[in-house]
Amino acid sequence: MQIPAPFDYVRASSVDNALALLDRHGPESRVVAGGHSLLPMMKLRLARPDWLIDINDLYELDYLLVDGPVLRIGAMTRHTTLLESDDVRRLFPIITDAERVIADPIVRNRGTIGGSLCQADPAEDLSTVCHVLEAVAVVRGPNGERMLSMADFHRGPYETAVAQNELLIEVRIPIRARSASAYEKVERRVGDWAVAAAGASVTLAAVGTISHVAVGLTAVGLDRNVTEVEAVLVGQAPGEELFALAGRLAALACDPLADQRGPIDYKRHLADELTRRVLRVACSRAAASVFDLTLQEG
Amino acid sequence: MQISMTINGTEVTREIEPRVLLVHFIRDDLRLTGTHWGCDTTNCGTCVVLMDGQPVKSCTVLAAMADGHTITTVEGLANGATLDPVQQGFMEEHGLQCGFCTPGMMLTARALLDHNPHPEPLEIREAISGQICRCTGYATIVRSIQWAAAHPAGATAETTEDEVHA
Repeated sequence: MQIPAPFDYVRASSVDNALALLDRHGPESRVVAGGHSLLPMMKLRLARPDWLIDINDLYELDYLLVDGPVLRIGAMTRHTTLLESDDVRRLFPIITDAERVIADPIVRNRGTIGGSLCQADPAEDLSTVCHVLEAVAVVRGPNGERMLSMADFHRGPYETAVAQNELLIEVRIPIRARSASAYEKVERRVGDWAVAAAGASVTLAAVGTISHVAVGLTAVGLDRNVTEVEAVLVGQAPGEELFALAGRLAALACDPLADQRGPIDYKRHLADELTRRVLRVACSRAAASVFDLTLQEG
Repeated sequence: MQISMTINGTEVTREIEPRVLLVHFIRDDLRLTGTHWGCDTTNCGTCVVLMDGQPVKSCTVLAAMADGHTITTVEGLANGATLDPVQQGFMEEHGLQCGFCTPGMMLTARALLDHNPHPEPLEIREAISGQICRCTGYATIVRSIQWAAAHPAGATAETTEDEVHA
């Protein structure tokens, strides 16, 4: 039977109250959102907080808002909400693709985007998605808010820039015209972590060439975008040879470990193949959205 | 700490340790042993209960987190002596053999049908994809849920209708 070590439990009533509780209870206090990463770690005694600060009553952080050129996602937005959102599917299909394969439908009822990003598991799909979409993390602390790029927010496996007395409250994703995105994961079974996964976001210029691109990989030892592919893709017309070149660069850039999910060469092969697939899908979706735009304008 | 919740329509208040998991609170404190306790690792789904109408894995929710919420367990599915159409479906279509996964499967099915009364077989498979059955190969579970979707008022109404047509 897996039971957490003893702790004291308190429910935060607002963001300010959560910050005050973190301040009062100090470094041995932890925030719990959906709890589907932290509670299993507590059950295994890998985490032993003295105080658990439950932020599930902070409905003020459960929202999806298209605000001019930005999609604002509250940190307590559940995976299920992201998966079912029409705005998300239209603007950032990479999120819908990823959410479909995050954990299982029941876990998605509880897990949150904020919890996922703060857990920063090396196999966390939304970390890759947010890197690819150049998301900004809004972090609030006793001295106000700060905005962090994903490169600044995500410091490495299980490590973020969120200080002990701070709370991630929002994720902001810039909306780009003539753009689309995609995500694909290989997993052994529903609910398992990725063997490997890849995500891509593409912007097409009026002439149909790639004007902006970002590619990210999950679970293969790379905590940043595969910047190596940008120089070779930008300015080029989308095509299979180009996708194959990007795939090879992604396979070289990653640094996977051999484990029960597969050997290194298999994971490099997946990095290559999945990079090709997500670029293919993102480019075809971007072309379709440009076509939609032309129809609307016509 | 003291917690209160509505469980199967009844308000309960208990003194608990904050580290008690919802599954153990339901089984050991409330003695509602229809909720099963399986893998303890959020994988198997036999501990699924409805929290405010949504399926959750109760091995990965603290009882304290359910304070103030509404919980439905398998004991709350039937309405008096009348089984829920999902329960009837599992009988009609042989949706269980050993029965260990059944409470979680039926609660997920209930939530699915509340949300989507006419699911496609693929949508049913997707809904139960976080739950494991080692007996049926899932085929009869899917058929059981389809039966419930086709008989939203249960077998009683269907029998009456059949008698009318007869």
